[in-house]
Amino acid sequence: MNTLPQQLANGLLLGSMYGLIAIGYTMVYGIVQLINFAHGEIFMTGGFGALSVYLILPDSINIWVALPLMLIGGGLVAVLIAVGAERFAYRPLRGAPRLAPLITAIGLSLALQEAIRNFYPQADKPRVFPELGEGSYEIGSITFKNADLFLIVAAVVCMTGLAFFVRRSRTGRAMQATAQDPDTAQLMGIDTNRIIVIAFAIGGFFAAVASVAYGAKYGHVEYRMGFLMGLKAFTAAVLGGIGNIYGAMVGGLVLGIAEVTASAYIDGIPGMGEFGGSSWANVWAFCLLILVLLVRPQGLLGERVADRA
Amino acid sequence: MRQRSLLILTSVLTTGALSLTACGSRDDDGGDNSGDGESTTLTIGVDAPLSGENSATGLGIQYGSQIAVDDANKKNLVPGVTFKLKALDDKAQPATGQQNASALVGDKTVVGAVGPLNSGVAQSMQQVFNAANLVQISPSNTAPELTQGKNWQSGDKKRPYASYFRTATTDANQGGFAAAYAVKDLKKKRVFVVDDKQAYGAGLAKIFKEQFVKLGGKAAGTDHVNTGDKDFGSLVTKIKNSKADMVYYGGQYDESQLITKQLKEAGAKIPLMGGDGMFTPTYIKTAGKVSEGDLATSVGVPADTLPSAQDFIKTYKAKKYKGDYGTYGGYSYDGATAIIKAVGAVKDANGGKLPTGDELRKKVLEAVGKSNFDGITGTVAFDKYGDTTNKQLTVYQVTKGEWKAVKTDEYTGEAN
Repeated sequence: MNTLPQQLANGLLLGSMYGLIAIGYTMVYGIVQLINFAHGEIFMTGGFGALSVYLILPDSINIWVALPLMLIGGGLVAVLIAVGAERFAYRPLRGAPRLAPLITAIGLSLALQEAIRNFYPQADKPRVFPELGEGSYEIGSITFKNADLFLIVAAVVCMTGLAFFVRRSRTGRAMQATAQDPDTAQLMGIDTNRIIVIAFAIGGFFAAVASVAYGAKYGHVEYRMGFLMGLKAFTAAVLGGIGNIYGAMVGGLVLGIAEVTASAYIDGIPGMGEFGGSSWANVWAFCLLILVLLVRPQGLLGERVADRA
Repeated sequence: MRQRSLLILTSVLTTGALSLTACGSRDDDGGDNSGDGESTTLTIGVDAPLSGENSATGLGIQYGSQIAVDDANKKNLVPGVTFKLKALDDKAQPATGQQNASALVGDKTVVGAVGPLNSGVAQSMQQVFNAANLVQISPSNTAPELTQGKNWQSGDKKRPYASYFRTATTDANQGGFAAAYAVKDLKKKRVFVVDDKQAYGAGLAKIFKEQFVKLGGKAAGTDHVNTGDKDFGSLVTKIKNSKADMVYYGGQYDESQLITKQLKEAGAKIPLMGGDGMFTPTYIKTAGKVSEGDLATSVGVPADTLPSAQDFIKTYKAKKYKGDYGTYGGYSYDGATAIIKAVGAVKDANGGKLPTGDELRKKVLEAVGKSNFDGITGTVAFDKYGDTTNKQLTVYQVTKGEWKAVKTDEYTGEAN
């Protein structure tokens, strides 16, 4: 049996999730040059928000009816927290040395984790998350389930939507202008504060979508899930070129596929048996990151980062 | 500019450090003086993961010991001595376990400790306890090297720390027992072995694989995962492709519950087997229906079937304690009781008076080594390595959403 198509599909799914979260890092960085390390936790709260909606709904409800409501609920929670973080934690520090908002972000991330752990009922253990129906489909040699389908569709819809928004809408163009030069943009009559809030909100909503997909795919959400996913998504954003929204998606996909194929095939290479397997997946993924940054310091699709970072 | 940010950084760090030390010192002054007086209060320390990963089983250790302490006080097991429990959370982290060990050593009223849950954590604690002659009894550590030294497999058994005992039997027995069951009872021929690279998981998986091959089975493949991993898509595809008829996982339930779920969703209808680390209801709850038919071995006899443990279970349920008592609760009870009984023996041997300070700890340590009593899980006695002489093991299988004992036996075919 040829496992390559299945492994690529595995990588694509993982990568789409990284990509959706990475959008949040990259948009915020592109506009305010802040690495919002609390974004992983915003992703996590989105999942808990969606779970709350599901728990409130009657048990008999069809999951496909519940799903949009869960997306709205999770999205609302994540967006509120992201925007609240911007308003109360980051905005007072705008203009402060870079280190201050960075440490604030780390503190905020710990605070959100502990808040969920302590105040969400039974959140000290993984909470079971509704799966989108049972059973799986097979196309050729690829097996996948409803949650996988949802993830791919959501990633494609979100990305196309975002691309249209940024290119075509007035606000989107204002966003590009703010990213290029915030001061001049303000002089041209753009309300940069509003643009920044929108960037945080879009990032939060995408993270919530990813979170629902995560919950449905792995069958649970937990308070610690944001840390590793956040770190990986940040890596994806850097890999693709931080500040570039297409780069975030491409970086996510490359990272996901690299992880999966490395853990699947490297131990098959003669003499490399010791360096393969799932436990080395992260090592190879980060090796790839280092290699890409050596050759293209601005990331795969990055354009104008060198003068900023 | 740079100076200002440095200033902020330093102040943040200092505040953090100060608040941490504040927490530490608050724990330590609970120690009232031991020694004279008609009623002395002594403390039994507990170290286990009480939050996060593994906390379901960790809480079982805490409350299992709590019941032992309550019983001892109620029955006045050691006249003139009241026991209390001090439970510390190690979050399944070796570094935190070591800090907790130091905290327990620092508290002068502590005469012994029950725990930890994880073998990897135990490794970091052993030396701290040993240096202070403070006895430690783990209800669940199964890695052989903890008692028999690094070279136990080549027959060169050497006890590394005299202060370490355990009421659970070792993986040398558990892995062999599981392999024998897989080959002889389940008639499995090709196994895919996965472990989490931790002291417990990797050791157990290695022993299982060796014994499985020795008994005529074949290893279809091996892989290692990281603790905390969630996506096992790549691993699952590999397992499916290897044509294995069974998966063996050495590690904790946190990963195995996701592996079994993703494995079966990918269409591989083969059972997953593991050790005592995944023998918990949480595994079934998280994995859901697909866990049906999965297997786990665990040390000892199921607490529910032991007539001697019925009171214990009743108390545990009546007090509505959290966590799972099923796996290690009984062993924690017996571990704590062994320490309490040792205190009694020391007091009697000393003419009814407790020795003070380090002398007490040293004497208690000696007395624990000589333990021999009927606990709720069977006879509590230790061999010259500090291992329990009770080598009962049980295979459990998920049947209708619950762990059901399918075979209990004494493992006699030593791994070497």
